Amino acid sequence: MATKSGTQTTRKGGPEGGPVFESSTSMRHALDWVFAVLVFAATMVGLVVLVVLLVDIARDGLPRLSWDFLTSFASVFPESSGIYPALLGSLWLLALTAIISVPLGIGAAIYLEEYAPDNWLTRLIEVNISNLAGVPSIIYGLLGLGIFVNLLGDITGGQSILSGALTLSLLILPVIIIATREALRTIPGAVREGGYALGATRWEVIKSHLLPMALPGALTGTILALSRAIGETAPLIVVGAATYITFAPDSPLTAYSALPIQIYSWVSQPQPGFQTAAAAGIVVLMAVLLLTNSIAIWLRNRYQRRA
Amino acid sequence: MSRVVRSRLLAGVFLLALALVLAACGGGGGGGQEEKGGDTEASGGGGSSQIAIEGSSTVLPVTQAAAEAFNQENPDVDITVGGAGTGDGFEAFCSGDTQISDASRPIEEDEIQACQENGVEFIELPVATDALSVVVNPQTPIDNITLEQLNTLWCPPAEGQIDNLNQVDPSFPDQPVNLYGPGTQSGTFDYFTDEVCGEEGASRTDYQASEDDSVLVQGVSGDPSALGYFGLSYYLRNQEILKALTVEGIPPSLETAQSGEYPLSRPLFIYVSTQALEENPSVEEFVSFYLENLDQFAEQAEYASPSPAAQEEARERLQNRTTGTDPEGALGGEEKGKDEEKEKTK
Repeated sequence: MATKSGTQTTRKGGPEGGPVFESSTSMRHALDWVFAVLVFAATMVGLVVLVVLLVDIARDGLPRLSWDFLTSFASVFPESSGIYPALLGSLWLLALTAIISVPLGIGAAIYLEEYAPDNWLTRLIEVNISNLAGVPSIIYGLLGLGIFVNLLGDITGGQSILSGALTLSLLILPVIIIATREALRTIPGAVREGGYALGATRWEVIKSHLLPMALPGALTGTILALSRAIGETAPLIVVGAATYITFAPDSPLTAYSALPIQIYSWVSQPQPGFQTAAAAGIVVLMAVLLLTNSIAIWLRNRYQRRA
Repeated sequence: MSRVVRSRLLAGVFLLALALVLAACGGGGGGGQEEKGGDTEASGGGGSSQIAIEGSSTVLPVTQAAAEAFNQENPDVDITVGGAGTGDGFEAFCSGDTQISDASRPIEEDEIQACQENGVEFIELPVATDALSVVVNPQTPIDNITLEQLNTLWCPPAEGQIDNLNQVDPSFPDQPVNLYGPGTQSGTFDYFTDEVCGEEGASRTDYQASEDDSVLVQGVSGDPSALGYFGLSYYLRNQEILKALTVEGIPPSLETAQSGEYPLSRPLFIYVSTQALEENPSVEEFVSFYLENLDQFAEQAEYASPSPAAQEEARERLQNRTTGTDPEGALGGEEKGKDEEKEKTK
């Protein structure tokens, strides 16, 4: 429809009997089609790789998966090995990381976007945050080791879940801040001005208009960031997550293990039984990831409709 | 409208946080580990029933086997075992963060100093012996290699120069050779370069490297002119697709590793803090238990256990609180290092 009327317009607007535009029409349509195929192919590459990975892992891991696998401790015997303490450790980490990083990240974004004056200090902070998002995770691990494990060891309990969660929070804060700022920036200035014109304070405008409108975007960033956090291995090894523990963590101040560390440890064992256990562990990790993501996506969709 | 949105928003954020917390706590409640959780809670206040172990991922399976068996008899002792690496393990150990350190090599001079500065004294105990197997593709017509030949083939001067077996020794067939070995981050690499080239980390770099030994197994079994080295257990599990060379005439096996005959046998250690032994009775119990059942734990981890003499000596060291390092004693053989020097110069 649109293209047809488009050609008519060019015919009308062009010089008398302009054959130049006439002849290029089919060419342009062909290009349009080629481009559509290309972008479709680009989408499929990611999708196909994901499906191949999922099928491969599911084939190796699903038969091994059982209630026993979820509720037993790791063992030197591959058949009786389970993932219970690692699963619990990862859930603790995920919950604590979310509780620490989401308020901090959204708070920092609101300050930078709504309150901060536009001066050299603010710009310096902004450049730093953007760069921090690209710093390799092991660097955060070393930072966490220095600050949370060694310096603040008396408060955090040293090599504890809390230290791990604080380190992961540092790791994902930049991503949350950047995503939330982008979301706040897309809100038209008229919304703010309208609020101020009615005598509302900045805080009132933020809580009643800006936050609800920015929440879907902020949640998207948070989902991506938390997904990254739960899959991280390197910083956790550095801040002292254990590979094998004989007990289930029951407070933020205890030692812990985590899913990626358990999987990594199994993969490096020579016994083939551990490779299957690792595949089953990956299935569990993905299930946790998808579950938490779907909660967040459900929340996001609720607010997207309301905003 | 804004009020509705706001309250919904707050409720939503709360719900997210709550869901995550509940997920964590719910997991803790269920899962049939209730008695265990109760126990740790009861003893959570006192630090006496916790044992923290960090160190080499090579030693980890042995210590894990010990921790698992010990925990079955003493469920109220919380044990954590990490596999960050020998160096990181000693760092935590010497600053007093861990009570026991797993090590795939003896403690080094600067690490001893760090321990001394923090007043950490340690007892060194051999717990298992690994053997580095030198393997070739079954089609390769050689059966034995000497340390000197390995030196010619693997050390830095060979880089870009030696790519045929007959360059290593004229008696070897005229056949190209492709090398496979562990990457530079590996303790196996450190040990091999130290033994074969005389300096830790000295190796030619033009070889196929992988940190994952099963990748090396695949590589060597699929390449007719391959030669590689890795831990014994990977050879034992893949004997039908690999051929292990005898080194100086001695085949790699659990027996030759245990006796120390095999030239590339490498002792694996745990280091125990004497202070922790005094302060925490569980540490003493655990280490004694560990040493009493070494044969079982080493076998479960697919390593050779130390020789009976070395095990006896380890128990004495623990009993007498003999501190310091004496890695040569670990294989039971006297002055192992010097024997090798002689063989190298032959």
